Formats: sequence, C-alpha cells, structure tokens
Amino acid sequence: MATSQPISFYGGVDPNTGEIIEKGHELQGKSVKGKILVFPTGKGSTVGSYTLYRMKKNGTAPAGIINKECETVVAVGAIISEIPCVDKIDISKIKTGDLIRIENEVVTVQTEGA
Amino acid sequence: MYLTDKEQKMLNGEEGYAVKKSMEILVALGDIYGAERLIKVGSVQVAGVSYHNLGDAGLEFLNELAKDGRVKVLTTLNPAGMDLENWKNLGIDAEFAEKQNLVIDAFRKMGIIISCTCTPYLIGNLPRYGEHVAWSESSAVTFANSVIGAKTNREGGPSALAAAFVGKTPCYGLHLDENRVPDVHVKVTASLNKLSDWGALGYCIGKKAENKIPYITGIKDAELDELKSFCASVVTYGSKPLFYMQYITPGSENHKAPEEKVTIEDKDIEEAYGKINDETTEIDFVCIGCPHCSIKEIAEIAELLKGRRISPLTEFWVACSRFVKQLADARGYTEIIERAGGKFACDTCMAVAPLKGRFRAVATTSAKGCYYSRQNKMLTKMGSLEECIEAAVSGKWS
Repeated sequence: MATSQPISFYGGVDPNTGEIIEKGHELQGKSVKGKILVFPTGKGSTVGSYTLYRMKKNGTAPAGIINKECETVVAVGAIISEIPCVDKIDISKIKTGDLIRIENEVVTVQTEGA
Repeated sequence: MYLTDKEQKMLNGEEGYAVKKSMEILVALGDIYGAERLIKVGSVQVAGVSYHNLGDAGLEFLNELAKDGRVKVLTTLNPAGMDLENWKNLGIDAEFAEKQNLVIDAFRKMGIIISCTCTPYLIGNLPRYGEHVAWSESSAVTFANSVIGAKTNREGGPSALAAAFVGKTPCYGLHLDENRVPDVHVKVTASLNKLSDWGALGYCIGKKAENKIPYITGIKDAELDELKSFCASVVTYGSKPLFYMQYITPGSENHKAPEEKVTIEDKDIEEAYGKINDETTEIDFVCIGCPHCSIKEIAEIAELLKGRRISPLTEFWVACSRFVKQLADARGYTEIIERAGGKFACDTCMAVAPLKGRFRAVATTSAKGCYYSRQNKMLTKMGSLEECIEAAVSGKWS
C-alpha cells in the first residue's frame, strides 16, 4: 500500500483496526494491517512510536515499512515493535498493489500485472 | 556510526534485553541524523508517562524493559495522568488509576525518580552550563537549552529511556555547536506586564520563527517563572527548542543578532490573546501550573485566595510537583488554597490528565495550557493570575 503523503501514527491511525483515520488523508478508511506500507516520512507526536507498538500487539501493524526519509517517531516505533523498516528508497516508483519483498535491506518490487 | 567495543557488546545483547533494545534505538537515530558517535549524558528526563497516551501496549513495552533495564544516570519523570495520591478527589476513575499505577511501578523498577514533573530543574535535575543531557518534554528541553545552556535534542519517551539505560545519546542536532547558532533576530518592543504576556510573546515568536532558533533583543529583565512560561509557549507554537535572549540567557554574548529580523510590538501581543482566547463568559475550570508552579507562584496564589471562596460551579487546580507542594505545606499556602476550595494536582497537569468532556471552558495563565485544552475540546481564556483567580471565585470571565 503506497501513499505520497506523510503518516502520523498518533491520532492518524486507529491502533485497534489498523485503519487510517486522518481526515483528508488519501488512504483514509484503508487498513494498513499486514501490508507493506510505503510512505515518504512520518509526522506528528512522539507518542506515535507507542501506537506502532500497540498495533503490533493488536495484530493490526503493517508487515513492513518503506520510507523515503525515516524520522524519529517511525524509526523508534519500528525498532520497539520489530517491524522491518527500510528508508532512502525512491518510493515514487512503487504503486499500491505491487508485490514487495524486503530481505536484508534489499527491496524488490514486482509491479502489478507483471 | 562509530561504536566502541563496549558499545558494540551492548548492541549485541551482552548487557541484556533493555540495553540491546536501547542501543538499537540510539544507533538507528544516529544513522538517520548522521551522528558520528555516542556521547555521555549527565541526566535524562523521560516523558510518555500518562496512561492516557501510553495505553496497554505502552504499558506492556515499559514492563518488558523494566525486567532488566536499570538507568545508568540521574533520571526524572514527566507528569502522569493523575495525582498519584489524591486522584479520587480530582475525579479520576479507579480503572484508569490502576493502570496508571502499573506504569509508575515499571518506571520505579527501572530506578527512575518518580518526580512526575515537567520542571525537573526545580527539583534537583539541574544540569550545568554546556552539559549534554537527553531530555524529553518540550518545555523542559527548551529551558535546559536556553536558560541553563545545557545541550539536548527534543527526545521522545522511548529515545529518552534508551539514553538512560545506556547513559549516552547519539551526538547530532543541538548537541553540536554548529547547530546552535541563532537564525532569526526577534526585536521585542512590546511591554510585558504580566505572566501571561510571556505566553503570548512565546506564541508570537513561535509562529514567526517556525522551526528556527530566535535571538531575542529588547527584553530588559526576566524572572524564572516568566522564562518558564515563555519556554513552554515558544516551542509549543513552533520554534526549535532553543532561543537566546540578549543579556539574559547564557551564550547570548557569544552570538550576534542574525540579519533576518522580525519585530514584536504591543499589537502583536494583543493579537496573540485574540487567537488564544475564545468567546465565553462562563468558566468551569481554572488551572494554574503549566509548566508546574514554582513555590513563588503558589505563594502568589495563596495571597490572592486568602479569605475568599471559589465558586461551587468552578474546579480550581494548582498543578505542581509533590516536592514543591511539600514546601507549600510547610509555608501554610496549601491550607489557605484548600480552605478557599482549591485543589492541588500534584504529579499531573492539564496537558496529560484525561480531561476530555469534563469541562466546558478553562481559564489559565498558560499559552501552552490553552493549546492542549483545545485538544480536550475546551474553550480557553488566558490571562493574569489575578484574572484567573477572579474567574475561579465568580465562575465568570470579565
């Protein structure tokens, strides 16, 4: 699942369902549960790190995270939740529906229909 | 990032789970921000204490760390979601209290001082000038960097804990002198007559110096409580957690006023009040102490409340640390305030207590307090201590 908009995990994602709830976000209403979530960077309160941890415990966390620029909230959240997280990736080439494999910091993308 | 042999062993898990997790956090942050190494910190201030923000998952994370995690340096704690002793009297429900106490137990097990205050510098966590520390809580971070002249980034809860378990933090951002250079000159011609004017000034400068380090001129004098209030406001409304105030804060003599210049006049302060204040006359909550009250502020509150009675329709809170309250007890201020119908809210504050839906309109001296009260869906009025006390007594803002 890919978006060109930053994500705030605290307040922007419902940790019980994994659904993006931020008003006006292009992924609003979609669930990130079990997906490899591709977004440019995180934003918002540092409490967001705990939200990611909460999602992992609830089984609603993304399976992996790919960022253009990873910032503190997402980095710390991914570490404490043990969610694979890779950054410095040109995410403009990734579209929702693509099949992605993250293995030892190498990201392989199989585009939809290919 | 370069790691010493000892640090590498910590990362490999030789000192246990909490230290390993902490090293993973510190190394990841160091890599993101291009730090070359870790540096020792003199103390840590940990935020993320209210169960309201942590939830069960946060509590579970803290419990896992508390199994073998013990702090290596002086570590103090931010406010919790309730007064740890007097929570019933402040309207907190028993289920919340039970969870909040479990959070506090985990921190206690880690060896953290259960100070539960956003003003650690008032209760013994006082770094020296130039000392590296790892603090969270934006108002305290700004105070440490600007008024004390210590060096800290704005940490989150987990990264502050990580620094406490390792005793170090990655050297980047505000730990490096080249990143502590002011980039906008703020000339203040406005007159500052009461405590809330400093909050309004913080609002103006925070907005005009968004994500910048202001170098402020034109201010002749500033007291501790005024600086404390200004720190909370300026960072809440947008600046970096560092400013210089010419002739007042340390290090200002080492920098020149930057070329980019903005001016704050009386009309800007007036406009800030207009933006912070809502239209309302009825006030059902008055809270003083964001950041937590000093003993001097409590003395002023007691003086104003002597022989008076707070409206039965209004809840009046004095938010402070338990240690400052002990001074107030000894001086007789507590008795005066409680006899007038006021309540002490130790260990907690208006920003982190679960207050949503409990009050309609709040009056306070704090610009930061107004910001968080709006998130709790309250109407807000900011004014002088005298105006707030009048509102508490009459139930009305006039």
